Amino acid sequence: MLSDYHQTLLLLTGIHVLLGWSAYLPLATGQLSLGNAGFMAVGAYTASLLTVQQKWPLLPALVAGALLAGLLGLLVGLPALRLRGIYLAIATLGFGEIVRTFFLNFELTGGPMGMRGMSGTTLGLVWGWVLLAGVTFFALTHSRLGLSLDAVHDDELAAELIGLDVTALKVGAFGAGATLAGLGGGLYAHYILFIEPGAFNFLESITMVLFVLLGGMRTFWGTVIGATVFTLLPDLLRVLQDWRGAFFGALLVVLLILRPWGLLPRGTLRLGLGRLAAPSG
Amino acid sequence: MLIQQLINGLMLGSSYALIGVAFTLVLGIFDMLNIAIGEVFMLGAFFGLTLVSRGVPFVPSLLIAMVLSGLVNLVVERFAFRPLRGAPPVIPLLSSIGFSMLLQDAAVNVWGPERTQFPPSIRVVSFEVGPVLVSTVQIAILLTAVVLMATLHLIVRRTKIGRGMRAVAENPEAASILGVDARRVIVTTFFVSGALAGAAGMLVGLTFSVISPFIGIEIGLKGVAAMVVGGAGNIPGAMLAGPILGIAEVLSVAYLGAAVRDVVVYGLLILTLVVRPQGLLGAVERPRV
Repeated sequence: MLSDYHQTLLLLTGIHVLLGWSAYLPLATGQLSLGNAGFMAVGAYTASLLTVQQKWPLLPALVAGALLAGLLGLLVGLPALRLRGIYLAIATLGFGEIVRTFFLNFELTGGPMGMRGMSGTTLGLVWGWVLLAGVTFFALTHSRLGLSLDAVHDDELAAELIGLDVTALKVGAFGAGATLAGLGGGLYAHYILFIEPGAFNFLESITMVLFVLLGGMRTFWGTVIGATVFTLLPDLLRVLQDWRGAFFGALLVVLLILRPWGLLPRGTLRLGLGRLAAPSG
Repeated sequence: MLIQQLINGLMLGSSYALIGVAFTLVLGIFDMLNIAIGEVFMLGAFFGLTLVSRGVPFVPSLLIAMVLSGLVNLVVERFAFRPLRGAPPVIPLLSSIGFSMLLQDAAVNVWGPERTQFPPSIRVVSFEVGPVLVSTVQIAILLTAVVLMATLHLIVRRTKIGRGMRAVAENPEAASILGVDARRVIVTTFFVSGALAGAAGMLVGLTFSVISPFIGIEIGLKGVAAMVVGGAGNIPGAMLAGPILGIAEVLSVAYLGAAVRDVVVYGLLILTLVVRPQGLLGAVERPRV
């Protein structure tokens, strides 16, 4: 049986996996979002309002929070189509800050004082969602849709020329990412028991991208490894204490220098599966 | 009091303009966003604070803080940008974010996470000009900002290295074929960019008289907004957009309440990106890849 402490770590890992995937999805179509903490906040606050003030059960509240975040993601994703690379990153960063400021001034959720009274996130609930999302990703990797996303990532113009609906794919990926961020936010709120706007800052958005980077930008399962390592590492590195932020920063720089696309390139998966599927080839 | 608000906005905005120029300089020439400028700005404030509180007068403190900040930015260039030459622009953006985390944490460990106060000796007297209250510090801030921006303009427009910068911005390959020393242009640009951010840090420290290791993100992002609103890569644009954002922020706080403060600045940022991506002064559509 796991101790409480290990259960907590495992639960947090699961939430981080979902948040990592929320950054992975837009990245899979070549969109870097630095504002996912905003979607996470929307999911967290919506679910919390529903469970605490409307007395909803947790599950439908989580779904509602995730859907609202996803809807907002679609709304943001559409104008974001005009922007690429660093300009998209800047715009999403501004979006995240605006969401944070909104909740800082939103009376219903306690403004800067934050909200409490949430509870109910369990290990099973978190990993149930992770499993559901993971199976979806697995199915996606080998589907027409997954290949279409790859095509958009690799060469948007070529994807458009072969008749793919690039707009729908990009906005869809952005919205799906926002949905996962909202789900992760709802689970987080009902695990941590207290939320305040400061928890959903720029650094949180960056952390989600870090999970993806550490695991490799082009495989969904790499994010699982990235999120796990990032959740367990601070615990293993207690010696660092005050220098933890500096360590992660330096790690990110070194990582990008050595492996700009993350630790696990897509080739590893391709190679492995290729051998399994077609031993003759 | 509208005039007082405008002046306060101008003071705040001149710092945004300096940070905006620091961002836009590197972006305009190398098409890369150095987020760590926010932390270089924060370090500039702490360098200035440390010097001023040891009794060093304003002008030498400013100059030393600028040189140190420029050197820090060279370190950022060496590790976050140079090894990643040729990678898509989001990759060095991410590594500069990594450097931001590192610098911020370093500042927390060196100076502590609390807000630190500038010594009162530097917070000079205020006097009334008609109905408006102006302090000598405000005048010094405005003057410094104007002098620095004028100097930068001269460097970019009139010197050999400035020509090199513009040549690299226009076409890096052609510039190197024509004998522009790319390494020298990179080093100069990053140094100048860091020095400007450091100067802005010292001026913001004087304006608010309190600083913390976290102002790099808070105020640095306003500099990004000034850069975008003015037209990414456009130096006069950032100089113009800084005061506009500063005034918009101060006026919105005065008339709409502190709640909308950041919403106005980031709202203008997003509006610009979506409606007029080339910004206020950007005439030509730059490729946004």
